[in-house]
Amino acid sequence: MQFGIFSVGDVTPDPTTGRAPSEAERIKAMVAIAERAEQAGLDVFATGEHHNPPFVPSSPTTMLGYIAARTERLILSTATTLITTNDPVKIAEDFAMLQHLADGRVDLMMGRGNTGPVYPWFGKDIRDGIALAIENYNLLHRLWREDVVDWQGEHRTPLQAFTSTPRPLDGVPPFVWHGSIRSPEIAEQAAYYGDGFFANHIFWPKEHFQRLIALYRRRYEHYGHGAADQAIVGLGGQVFMRRNSQDAVREFRPYFDNAPVYGHGPSLEEFTAETPLTVGSPEQVIEKTLTFRDYFGDYQRQLFLIDHAGLPLKTVLEQVDMLGEEVVPVLRKEFEALRPAHVPATAPTHASLAAAKRTGEEVVR
Amino acid sequence: MSGLAVVSAGLGQPSSTRLLADRLAAATTAALGRDLPVEHVELRDHAHAIVDAALTGFPSGPFRAAVEAVTGADGLIAVTPVFNATYSGLFKTFFDVLEPGALEGRPVLLGATGGTARHSLAIDHAMRPLFAYLRAAPVPTAVYAAPEDWGAGAAQSDLADRIARAGAELAALIEARPAAAKSDPYEDPVPFAELLAGGG
Repeated sequence: MQFGIFSVGDVTPDPTTGRAPSEAERIKAMVAIAERAEQAGLDVFATGEHHNPPFVPSSPTTMLGYIAARTERLILSTATTLITTNDPVKIAEDFAMLQHLADGRVDLMMGRGNTGPVYPWFGKDIRDGIALAIENYNLLHRLWREDVVDWQGEHRTPLQAFTSTPRPLDGVPPFVWHGSIRSPEIAEQAAYYGDGFFANHIFWPKEHFQRLIALYRRRYEHYGHGAADQAIVGLGGQVFMRRNSQDAVREFRPYFDNAPVYGHGPSLEEFTAETPLTVGSPEQVIEKTLTFRDYFGDYQRQLFLIDHAGLPLKTVLEQVDMLGEEVVPVLRKEFEALRPAHVPATAPTHASLAAAKRTGEEVVR
Repeated sequence: MSGLAVVSAGLGQPSSTRLLADRLAAATTAALGRDLPVEHVELRDHAHAIVDAALTGFPSGPFRAAVEAVTGADGLIAVTPVFNATYSGLFKTFFDVLEPGALEGRPVLLGATGGTARHSLAIDHAMRPLFAYLRAAPVPTAVYAAPEDWGAGAAQSDLADRIARAGAELAALIEARPAAAKSDPYEDPVPFAELLAGGG
């Protein structure tokens, strides 16, 4: 199993002090969190992509390239890369470049984006969201696999004899996840290509995501990539920890109560009962995270949200350390002991994909 | 659930809105002439959960069961008090947090109560457009009850007649409506080839 951090990159005032970090502070904080994730023994750092305030990460490969130079092991990823409003040609180029600079430590997660006004800023229309995701990814998939592409579609100017450069490192495209919180079309898409499916279930009850992941697994098998339980699943998680669980609740409550996504709504207690949010001791986080496997089956990647809602950097880094020291080592052991031998332990990496290519084995399309 | 769901948005206790809702439910089951499970949803009991659902995007706790009762019913009775010339905010918010399409084709009987008979057109000017948007199927007769209706004898008010007629119309529509055969996109997804061809 791969464990990591995913960041939305929001600039939110700390509700306990009223102070908001500058954009520079927030951007550097994301880098510091990524570096600490590697030091703490985590596997993945993923950044969001946004083109509107109060979010800073509009240029993910710039940030990830910088982090790549300051880390050695960490897999650099996104959560998510906007497959709707970005030009698939530019995604192909940017992430291939990042792959070379990071020696293959790159994968990425496709997402649609749910902010209506962003689409027209990039010449698109949110009502075409699914169609854009389907067509653009189909082109991206070809650009990484075919040296010369002739292409014509609905949503972009045609391409004649186009070669996307640089070519993917070792001829191996980055592994791709498709993130969705409600669209069966995206689960179907991930299954068709044999790509990973990431269910960011942190804001909703599990029942809905059980159906979405079951659909993805069933269709993954249907399209001949392997058995349903071998499909590559990633899940979100949201935690705040202190050694003593009452301390965690007391410290996190003002951040919860004022959080941009769910603040001023349900109580912290109600929300933790209904969603994956865990506010408590590391043991409680371990216990709750282990239940994800009961609900969704053996899975390959677990990303935690820990740096939103105005939490200060110092606090966030303490969370990274606790994940690395107390939570993840136990989860690795427990999940590994439960995993059947035929189920992949992790999502495909550049090394595993390159090895498979050398031996002519097609593990993942 | 299948059966009859009765949503009432009255805030008082006891509530004349609930009183009207009960009578509409009784008239409907009487007209059906058979036992139909009746599920009452008092929105006051779920007031916090309704606002939470508007903020979080999902119905939580006991409210989830209430939503499932309404969206799974064969027929719906929806009764609101009239506040400031229209349905109450709580009534509207409840229908706002249902999934799109959740009430499509559903037989609905509309009712409202108010402090004066002058607001009776709120049903036709506010409630009917809402349920038309939701693609529900409201029956022709809707029932508005003003204070004088509750105390008047049969000679002055035909409330009982209107309730009976409305109940009979809802019962007829429930009986006539074929069993819902809803396609489930999580069970039967659009195949990828079709999505790629622009059929999504």
